[in-house]
Amino acid sequence: MSEQRTIRLTVNGASFEREVEPRRLLADFLREDLGLTGTHIGCEHGVCGACTIILDGDSARSCLTLAVQADGAQVQTVEGLGTVDALHPLQRAFREHHALQCGFCTPGMLMAALDLLRKHPSPTEREIREGLSGNLCRCTGYEHIVRAVRTAAAAGETVGAETETASAAPPREAGAGAQSRGSARE
Amino acid sequence: MTNLRPGLIGARVQRLEDPRLLAGRGCYVDDLRRTGALHVAFCRSDESHARILRIDTSEAARAPGVAAVVTAADLEGACRPLRATSRMPSYQATELPVLAGDKVRYAGEPVAAVLAESRYLAEDAAERVAIDYEPLPAATDPEAALAPDAPRLHEDLASNVIVDREFARGDAEAALAGAAVRVSGCFRMGRKTPAAIENRGYLAEYDEGRRRLTLHSCTQVPGIVRDALAELLDLPGHRLRVVAPDVGGGFGAKVSLYREEVLVSILARRLGRPVKWTSDRREDLMSTTQAFDEVVRAELGVDEDGAILGLRAEIVGDVGAYSVYPWTAAVEPVQVASFLSGPYRVPDYRGRVRAAATPKPPTGAYRGVGRPPAVFAMERLLDMAARRLGMDPRDIRRRNLVRDGEFPYRAPSGLVWDRAAFTGCLERACETIGYDELREMQAAARAEGRRIGIGLASYAELTGVGSRIAVAPGMPINTGTESAAIRIDSTGAVTATFGVSSQGQGIETTLAQVVAEELGARLEDVEIVHGDSAALSHGTGTYASRSAIQAGGAAIVCARSLREKVIEAASHLLESAPADIEVTGGAVSVAGTDRRMSFRELARAVYTEMGRLPREVRERVDLEATGVYDPFWGTTSPATHAALVEVDPETFEVEVLRYVVAEDCGRVINPLIADGQVHGGVAQGIGAALFEEMVHDPSGQLLTASFVDYVVPSAAEIPSMEVEHLETSAENNVGGFRGIGEGGTIGAPAAVANAIADALGVEIEELPATPERLFRLIGPGRRAAGARMETGPGGRGRGNRFTANQTNSGGRSESGSGPTRQSK
Repeated sequence: MSEQRTIRLTVNGASFEREVEPRRLLADFLREDLGLTGTHIGCEHGVCGACTIILDGDSARSCLTLAVQADGAQVQTVEGLGTVDALHPLQRAFREHHALQCGFCTPGMLMAALDLLRKHPSPTEREIREGLSGNLCRCTGYEHIVRAVRTAAAAGETVGAETETASAAPPREAGAGAQSRGSARE
Repeated sequence: MTNLRPGLIGARVQRLEDPRLLAGRGCYVDDLRRTGALHVAFCRSDESHARILRIDTSEAARAPGVAAVVTAADLEGACRPLRATSRMPSYQATELPVLAGDKVRYAGEPVAAVLAESRYLAEDAAERVAIDYEPLPAATDPEAALAPDAPRLHEDLASNVIVDREFARGDAEAALAGAAVRVSGCFRMGRKTPAAIENRGYLAEYDEGRRRLTLHSCTQVPGIVRDALAELLDLPGHRLRVVAPDVGGGFGAKVSLYREEVLVSILARRLGRPVKWTSDRREDLMSTTQAFDEVVRAELGVDEDGAILGLRAEIVGDVGAYSVYPWTAAVEPVQVASFLSGPYRVPDYRGRVRAAATPKPPTGAYRGVGRPPAVFAMERLLDMAARRLGMDPRDIRRRNLVRDGEFPYRAPSGLVWDRAAFTGCLERACETIGYDELREMQAAARAEGRRIGIGLASYAELTGVGSRIAVAPGMPINTGTESAAIRIDSTGAVTATFGVSSQGQGIETTLAQVVAEELGARLEDVEIVHGDSAALSHGTGTYASRSAIQAGGAAIVCARSLREKVIEAASHLLESAPADIEVTGGAVSVAGTDRRMSFRELARAVYTEMGRLPREVRERVDLEATGVYDPFWGTTSPATHAALVEVDPETFEVEVLRYVVAEDCGRVINPLIADGQVHGGVAQGIGAALFEEMVHDPSGQLLTASFVDYVVPSAAEIPSMEVEHLETSAENNVGGFRGIGEGGTIGAPAAVANAIADALGVEIEELPATPERLFRLIGPGRRAAGARMETGPGGRGRGNRFTANQTNSGGRSESGSGPTRQSK
């Protein structure tokens, strides 16, 4: 239990080398060891999506990923988008359309939307809704989120330069499958 | 209003709190780090009703990193007993222990707390706590729990009936006996949980030097928590501060005082170290207050024209094991009875309500509090009566809604509706959804074998409840007023402080809009402080759709008195009569001249530059003001919801195709935010109608302890929504505002249920309307008929002609290769 492993990874463009317990969740590592508290934890069983990050170019649940699985990976969190004074176009679209209320699901929603728009730059409304269906928001009823993502897609500037390093990395198995919420539509 | 500038109140302003939340720079309780903090993991009961025979903490106490293991025995004398009291005569208060002592009364009740250097170590050690239980008989069914010989949950109470109350006007039995048509049903919505995405979390820290305790809590009510803890721990308010930082959603789940809040406070003081607990989702689903769990047996009588003659109801609330503080377990079931008659003229009414203590998690406030089950029952009864009379659902509502000349209208329970757009909302909702056209299309679709239904639901709620009546019946705390303090400091910056707090409602923006407009400041110069009990003498928090009315009212009252001071100072400094001073855009000026000072210059002259003001003015004009606002009665917020659904004849899956809300929230402060409140409420109501259900087995075990089983709808299940605001001025409060926070959740379950009933030709009495329930309801004969139905040309694709707002940008929509539910 006290056995530690050394991991090296890149988070938002900065390199880190840290000792971690093998059981340590990537979400806890980001939040507690690196102080990147923008990534939130909502369920710890892969349904709510609040902890969504970009791991080697794909969205992933940091609550279902161990920190040791991110050894050698490129990680992007919400802190790697825009800043308070210079929001990323997607963040600006969220603000313009009032796509957030309490803000707790927002970082995960942004990362999921970023992943969606990188892979499907011109999604239909249905594709946006399906594409974000792995992220729960309890405040907005999703209406304004869908509008924001549509606006960001239309602006076409969502996939910023900061994402290229991550996209260039080969895809990897994160070992962090979201649980299927079959009962929703059975 | 003499203000000729385009007002800030009513403007579609982008939210001021957004940049930090979007950039991941918000600060929620779990984001707080403290050196030397101890982390709590709870051992929770796995029995619903049992005697605790033995707790062995010795092995856990020796586990790595453990600082303490605490049980009820360790807390004796640590705080005063916690009981939610009420003035209602039939009410029986339950004592809520910080940790369970002799007995547990629901699965999930905290029995022991392990404190360790990290949450990982605390959870490791918690597994080593051994607890022996002797299971006790349990009445988990609420109606069974009412029986005099039912197993008693609280030995010190006379029965499991926590409250027994009746509302009556006229003679409901006689009215029903004389009715042309009588319809009845037993309506149940199922138990729900608010499910804020942020789980509950608390961090307490004790400053031994100053003997000062600070609790950082995700609460909606820092003022209530501070006052309660002051009493429980016997601490004066200046040594006890409760701070609600950014809070990740509340919806009523965070309006009660929780025992975990009390526990971390006691232990931080006792151990002299910060103590932190963050719930995981399983704990949240087992221990956060739940709701909407009433059995409503109701009967409605109408005459041959559909006019309501009488209504009677027997309501049993399955309120769980304890009365929550301060609202009591009566808060929800009593509101089911008092609001059941809805926005209609109901001459004769009798509604009896009993709350049954059951071995399940306590129920408390959840968005709508009692109104969702009441509206579900009443709106279903109206549609049932309309169907029997061969009347259109819109017409029976037109016939019975309180009309414009009839306000103020006293509902049979004694609630008074002030003038608001009751009929206006119905007509607007129907116009917006194109009701007549949809009825024609529905007939055509039925001919094709499609099961399309249209559902209406009208309701009224009382918002911004003032001091004349308590938010919760009989509750002895003041929920009627809110206070504000506004100051212009020596740099000219404006800070406005409120007792309400935000869980996403956008009050940092809406209250800034109100303050800026009323004071004459620039929006960007106004900073809103909220969620800190130390900032004001008294305040409670955010609940019951009150923040716009109470805090908005306090903002107006307070800003106006500060403006008077600004004018007085300016009249001396600019050597002009007060009547000629204008305050706009963060500056004072003399009308018709170029004499002008910014707030910054004014503040410098008042505070810093000696000699600019005469001594008596300097002592009187301090550029700050406080204010309290009491709306006294409260304000009516009515709405009509209209839903269009389609039910798949083979899978019984319900799809909401269109959703329209027409609501009257009085003067809108920010249309963007008002829309968002309605959308979010409707999504929760649709979840309640179709997906969400807390299922306990007959022994009281929770079967839905994850988000896989308790299904919160995602974007894929929620339709696009259209919202219409009717702005009937509310003359009974200073801002003209009506509350908007809860309405979406009140109307949506009923509207969706009525639409499904309309689609299938059956009566829906139980929610959520899952495919399995509908399958059973429709019966084998009809099912066979349904299976033979053709789905019509083109099937029931998303692009069908009933669906508005199809703004597909083309390209990939028909290819079927779009993104699906993520499984990364």
